[in-house]
Amino acid sequence: MVDVDPVQAAVTGESAAAPGRGGGRAAVVAQGLRVYGLIVWMWVRSTLAYRASFVMAALGNFAASALDFVALVLMFSRIDALGGFSLAEVAFLYGTASTSLGLADLLLGSMDRLGSRIRDGTLDILLLRPVPVFAQLAADRFALRRLGRISQALLVLGWSLGRLDVDWTAGRVLMVPLTVVCGAAIFGAVFTLGAAFQFWAQDAAEVQNSFTYGGNAMLQFPPTVFAKDLVRGVTFIVPLAFVNWLPALWLLGHDDPLGLPGWVDFLGPAVAVVLWMVAGLAWRYGVRAYRSTGS
Amino acid sequence: MLYTAVAAGGFRRYATYRVATAAGVFTNTVFGFIVAYSYIALWNERPHLGGYDQAQALTFAWTGQALLAATAMMAGGGIAELQERIRNGDIAVDLHRPADLQSWWLAADLGRAGFQLIGRGVVPMAVGACFFDLALPGEAWTWGLFLLSAGLAVVVSFALRYLVAVASFWLLDGSGLAVISGLAAMFFSGMVLPLRIFPDGFGQVAQLLPWAALLQVPADVLLGARTGGAVVRGLVFQAGWAVVLLALGRLMQSAATRKVVVHGG
Repeated sequence: MVDVDPVQAAVTGESAAAPGRGGGRAAVVAQGLRVYGLIVWMWVRSTLAYRASFVMAALGNFAASALDFVALVLMFSRIDALGGFSLAEVAFLYGTASTSLGLADLLLGSMDRLGSRIRDGTLDILLLRPVPVFAQLAADRFALRRLGRISQALLVLGWSLGRLDVDWTAGRVLMVPLTVVCGAAIFGAVFTLGAAFQFWAQDAAEVQNSFTYGGNAMLQFPPTVFAKDLVRGVTFIVPLAFVNWLPALWLLGHDDPLGLPGWVDFLGPAVAVVLWMVAGLAWRYGVRAYRSTGS
Repeated sequence: MLYTAVAAGGFRRYATYRVATAAGVFTNTVFGFIVAYSYIALWNERPHLGGYDQAQALTFAWTGQALLAATAMMAGGGIAELQERIRNGDIAVDLHRPADLQSWWLAADLGRAGFQLIGRGVVPMAVGACFFDLALPGEAWTWGLFLLSAGLAVVVSFALRYLVAVASFWLLDGSGLAVISGLAAMFFSGMVLPLRIFPDGFGQVAQLLPWAALLQVPADVLLGARTGGAVVRGLVFQAGWAVVLLALGRLMQSAATRKVVVHGG
């Protein structure tokens, strides 16, 4: 990796555009997005400077993600249905969950470096810059190789869509991209909550893997496979069930193992918004409570 | 003894990070639940798949989580540090030390694995035993054999990771190889799916590869799929691969140190 700090280069001379008098919240958001784009672009250029290395890393990312699907295919070489779901249906669950996670991981996945930044003190540098710290952290070490997981998941999703026995009305067609985008938003909020948690427990970065990668591993299987209490937990406490389980139950015409009313299947966007509000509050509280070395 | 001190240092080093260990235990436990429920569904569809009953399959799932950190299949267990030292030239300092490079890193890795077997293995296994009906052995003898097998698993895993690290002498950027080797370990150890339920033929070949020594053999010793002579054969299989791979590592190491030129000097 290059040694120049791309963030410094991105924001040098930009302080005149810093929000403040009269700009308000919209200006902060706009500036955050602009800086996020700038930093991401820096990292993309730096990644593409070593093209062979990038291709290898992206292929590795693709293969790592494909391994789970190979396991599913091997399972289905011995059985016809798992928890009442066919291979195409499980592939749909796999494709949607994994695409959503891949998108969130690409856009916000480096947030889990917050803990190590607090430990080595480099978070203070980010706080000194006239740029929202969230945008800086989210774009930090932007890993283009994560396109590997996304493309692998999209391939499986496409394959499953061709094999599903579903009456494709306009509503059902629309539900597929909506599911993926809402799922990515939910996973993104979980990444943010996990990062905010690191303000208190710096070494606990791995806990959030349970909810992101672990959640992804869980959502690849039908909800009927798991104990009801576990399904309740990921519906009402950490609402990962809204990433793909509930929309998929409606789309594929399966019964809800918890017997929830039908309209719950469409709550994905609302859940994403609420979760982001919680994540935003936790993040702010974390940043405000941060005391650096304590002086 | 030098190498005992290195091993003790490795143990203490990893024991320092208590919060990280707790976080890792939590993650292993969560994944244990997910894998366990998927195996219940699988074995409900096909009881006695791969010769396991459901309790044995669940034991396999939790053994995998208990050994994941100790055998360092994904994370590499600090061997990336050696890779980095080779890349940036610090290795020249290491080669001047009055200690053998491979033995030094093996000792450090055994210390690390010793801590992670206790720190990250016991709790997930205990949680698994509380929530699921596991096929755990009653007699201490089998547990002892399992620990021996787990120890050999760590040695084989180290030997494989050491090969990857030493390859950096030629590759400069060894991270791609490390990723590939980690994926191979996950897949061919049985971590993704027990090797016994792989399709016929493919499964048999996979059980002869060195990665089978990482999880498939120790799990089979623990859950009672290997008894009597089969246990001995399993241990010999692990020890055999350990010797072969360590010797290969030594060979590569001596070839590398003959050619090593640090910064043109």
